[in-house]
Amino acid sequence: MAKITSITEAAALIKDGMTVMVGGFLGCGGPDKLMHALALSGVKDLTVICNDGGLPGGRLLGVQELIHNGQVKHLIATHIGMNKEVGQMMNEGTMKVTLVPQGSLAEKIRAGGYGLGGVLTPTGLGTPVGVGAEDASGTGTKEAITIDGKEYLLERPIRADVACIYGSVADKYGNVKIHGTARNFNTVMAAAADTVICQADEVVEMIDPDEVLIQGVLVDYIVGGKN
Amino acid sequence: MEKGMIKGFIAKRAAKEFKDGDFVNLGIGLPTMIPSYLPDDVHVILEAELGMAGAGTKPEINDFNVCDAGGSSSSVAVGGAFIDSATSFGLIRGGHVNATVLGALQVDEKGNLANWIIPGKMVPGMGGAMDLCAGAKKVIVTMEHTQKGAPKILKECTLPLTTQTCVTKIITEMCVIDVTPEGLELVEINPEFTVEQVQAATEATLIVKGEPKSMVD
Repeated sequence: MAKITSITEAAALIKDGMTVMVGGFLGCGGPDKLMHALALSGVKDLTVICNDGGLPGGRLLGVQELIHNGQVKHLIATHIGMNKEVGQMMNEGTMKVTLVPQGSLAEKIRAGGYGLGGVLTPTGLGTPVGVGAEDASGTGTKEAITIDGKEYLLERPIRADVACIYGSVADKYGNVKIHGTARNFNTVMAAAADTVICQADEVVEMIDPDEVLIQGVLVDYIVGGKN
Repeated sequence: MEKGMIKGFIAKRAAKEFKDGDFVNLGIGLPTMIPSYLPDDVHVILEAELGMAGAGTKPEINDFNVCDAGGSSSSVAVGGAFIDSATSFGLIRGGHVNATVLGALQVDEKGNLANWIIPGKMVPGMGGAMDLCAGAKKVIVTMEHTQKGAPKILKECTLPLTTQTCVTKIITEMCVIDVTPEGLELVEINPEFTVEQVQAATEATLIVKGEPKSMVD
């Protein structure tokens, strides 16, 4: 059974130097309140794995706030173009950025969560993130493997200390239901971290098992979005 | 051709590449104009990499949990489904997407594509482009033929690649080019231009077999 906790207690689970996966895609389906609590906690030297570096200007949302505060030492993402600050920090050397193709990032996380030794994909071959490039898992450089005459890139599994995910509805058993395109990376991340915290808009007694998207056995803590 | 007419002209020609029921992914900018040029009896199913197999139009009432890949509010089409990122790219990589249409900085005669990075200038990240180009059955590049007069269709890309040997067709305001094992074949031409003019605006050598068809109805 997942523990329903306060946002401050949940944020305190994340310590300096940890690797944190964060669900969401340009703010859609991101645990924004949890990220704001992390910003307030002052935790630093984080390695953050998420789809992107946030949206341009305006209100600091989600991971963007942590990046802005200098709390992220290494960002592993697929797209950083919308938030100019990320490019600046990358060029100035104040934050390391590792770019991963979006489908490959999803599969690396899935491999990390589901016990696979990696995935073989054609994506990235012949590009700057192909053979010889540093693997985002930090375990070495990428290599090509030929299967039945076709060349593939080996993308190694990736895991995190903590995954911060979003749910539209969670139940006290930890089951999560997600509406719309908010599911994005949340589903795979829920399986690929030692500790999983879900920020849910609504917490209910029990979700219909037919509608569960993320199984309760994967989720450790639930934070009600209104707390 | 007047500058303001170019995008619509290219989109209109690109619309002919689709048949009813095709599952397609359209890149930002020009490719998103294509659906408005589809004939009434052709309906395509839009793949949205953020998480829809069957994306709809911009809704009247925003739902902050239904977005497109640009982070703007979107909707799911009738008959569409929400999917997570692993499924979205599984559909893309698995060859279930009939075609992806996207712009390019450079394309070369092997069908190599560069459209995600200009070292020292622009480092936005590849997002889903590398997976789309590696996985879609047809990769159609729609772009202006040159960049301020400088060729974009080259013998060999000089910018870092998005995907190697992936492009199947190039549609510009000047012509339609098929990428073949022999090289780039000029298959259709805008009657406003001659083959010589198209070749002069193209660094790669174009293969011309007989008189190219007109790309205008």
